[in-house]
Amino acid sequence: MDMRELIWLIPALPLASAALLICANEKLPRSAVAALGVGSVGIAALCVLFTVIEWAVPGADGRAGETIRLHLWDWLSVGPFKAAIAFEIDGLTAVMMCVITGVGFLIHLYSAEFMAEDESYARYFAYLNLFVSAMLILVMADNLLLLYLGWEGVGACSYLLVGFWYKDAANGAAARKAFIVTRVGDTAMALGLFLLFAELGTLEFREMGAAARERWAVGDPVAVLATMLLLGGAVGKSAQLPLHTWLPDAMAGPTPVSALIHAATMVTAGVYLIGRAHELFLLAPPSLTAVAVLGVLTLLLAAFTALNQSDIKRVLAYSTISQIGYMFLGLGVGAWTAGIFHLTTHAFFKALLFLGAGAVIHCLHHEHNIFRMGGLRARLPIAFWSFLIGAAALAALPLTSGFFSKDLIVLAAYGQPAIGPWLWGGAVLGAFLTALYSFRLVFLVFLGEMQTEPDRRPGMAMAAPLAILCALSLLGGWIALPLDGVFPVLSGHPSLLIEMISIGVPILGAALAWMLFRAGVFKEAGQEAGLPARLWSWLRAFWHGGWGIDRLYGFLWVQPYQGLTRLLRGEPLDYLYHGIARANLAMNSAFCKTQTGRMRWYATVMAGGFILLLGGMLALAL
Amino acid sequence: MAGLTVPLEHVLLLAAALFAAGLLGLMTRRNIIFMLLSLEVMLNAAALAFIAAGAYRGEADGQVVFLIILAIAAAEVSVGLGLVLQVQRRFRSLDMDAAARLKG
Repeated sequence: MDMRELIWLIPALPLASAALLICANEKLPRSAVAALGVGSVGIAALCVLFTVIEWAVPGADGRAGETIRLHLWDWLSVGPFKAAIAFEIDGLTAVMMCVITGVGFLIHLYSAEFMAEDESYARYFAYLNLFVSAMLILVMADNLLLLYLGWEGVGACSYLLVGFWYKDAANGAAARKAFIVTRVGDTAMALGLFLLFAELGTLEFREMGAAARERWAVGDPVAVLATMLLLGGAVGKSAQLPLHTWLPDAMAGPTPVSALIHAATMVTAGVYLIGRAHELFLLAPPSLTAVAVLGVLTLLLAAFTALNQSDIKRVLAYSTISQIGYMFLGLGVGAWTAGIFHLTTHAFFKALLFLGAGAVIHCLHHEHNIFRMGGLRARLPIAFWSFLIGAAALAALPLTSGFFSKDLIVLAAYGQPAIGPWLWGGAVLGAFLTALYSFRLVFLVFLGEMQTEPDRRPGMAMAAPLAILCALSLLGGWIALPLDGVFPVLSGHPSLLIEMISIGVPILGAALAWMLFRAGVFKEAGQEAGLPARLWSWLRAFWHGGWGIDRLYGFLWVQPYQGLTRLLRGEPLDYLYHGIARANLAMNSAFCKTQTGRMRWYATVMAGGFILLLGGMLALAL
Repeated sequence: MAGLTVPLEHVLLLAAALFAAGLLGLMTRRNIIFMLLSLEVMLNAAALAFIAAGAYRGEADGQVVFLIILAIAAAEVSVGLGLVLQVQRRFRSLDMDAAARLKG
């Protein structure tokens, strides 16, 4: 069997399963739903494994790592515009496919138990499979338009899954927010697509790179504009400043969904897009700088916010925003491989953290507040070890997976020619805060006194994915990603001192977290007396609310829009037409009154009218 | 036309007076017969104006139009008398205001 011809199966299997589950509409037995939902992604993961092995192992001609291309059919063909349903697998796509199907399979397996008591079991797996299929299309597409199809597909699935428990109106609002905010970025991206096609005449990635190099010099304003528009799409999807506000609210969905979509895969699509379009970005240095600066600002802002959250999932959501900020920073300073590497390791440890959080929430009657947890170490050892390993990797403690990837990014940031030390400083401060908030989370949830009794333990289907992800989070840093053929390699190395600081800061952060925890500083925000304390609590509330950005957007966009809708609810434009209709009716009833049936009256009026007419004509003639 | 001593203005004034008298009758009388009579007076006033104008210009056109008006008046009377009979039969009255419910 030649996998090269069968790579279409990889997105087709979850798609077929999703279609089947939607058609069956909760009529299948639960075991069949789980087998179909988990199995289809599992088989897709096996297909990916075979494909990657075939791709990586040298063939008869002794060449390995050659891009696999499969042209299925022409999708659109209008004049010079052509878009094909065609897949292309190179090193970057292979990495993404492994993450999506591998982590995706583990999360599906976990979901089979986590969602076991939900009444919409089949709907859940149908959406989740549809998501995996759309995400695979996104990363396998050989042209920007097909990528956009997958891009919108994952957006739709994200909407469906955030609002999965739609009977609670707040979840529906969160889903709409996620959809609308990302739509702002998607509009920018669509404009970028139009511009790129108008300028380059093609949307196929490999032709685009060559055409762009031929047409644009480095720093060409059109190239900058096009990449900025693409960056707009990436910023929306990956929840970076200024479009990051949807991700914390998206935690309204089931926890495995947060793990799969809002941590491991979909939110990293923006990183993938920038990586895929790196040839364009290399022609536009201002855009690259913008990517790096946005990354640093986002990672700092999100880290401060994460430090003050009390909802376990919101801590993780802000930490996801922060870590994607690191990926953007890596891409922006030219450390492409490091950015994708961090994407991979982040997928492992953030999925682990979310699934661990899911286990805690599952066993604690849907308790989300970390101040009502505590002392769970002995009762939920699996969740404890998952969290500990996940937090260590998130904080980039030495030799965990996150350490390798984050260290590469932080060091590469220092080498950025213009503002390198500033970027590095921000990244190191972010790393310190990351260690602080991740261990704050671990200590508050698992140490100290028990606040809420767990009423069950996670079963095999939940424990096995946790164990595998623990191993990946610890050892994932040793994986060598096959990206040398895709990205230009960054050279240069900063001094030993810089390196020591970058490595040492997370350890300091973790140690500080321990000291602060022992001192009992981590408390839910309350009313403190005295001016400095009040100022401090005001600052904490400000950070807790995500720097007031949500409120600012509410003031700037949402409220004016709602005011406008209230104004337009009575349809003021229709007043004109209603007025015309009313005038006609009034005239009609007035003229009806003149029709009396009296002959003499008619004759009189006729004579009077004639005299008026005659008089008028006379007056005009004179 | 040497014998013509009446000036045109006088004839036209007479025609206007006749027309006004007919109109006044049409507007004030309720009896349908009198309304028809008033109508005849108005038609004849118009005809007189045409005759006078034709004579003044020395052309036959005025007399041609008079003949046409005569024919119209005859036709009008035949229809009008038919209506009179119908009104009398339906409303047992010749009062035109009684027929006001024809307004629909």
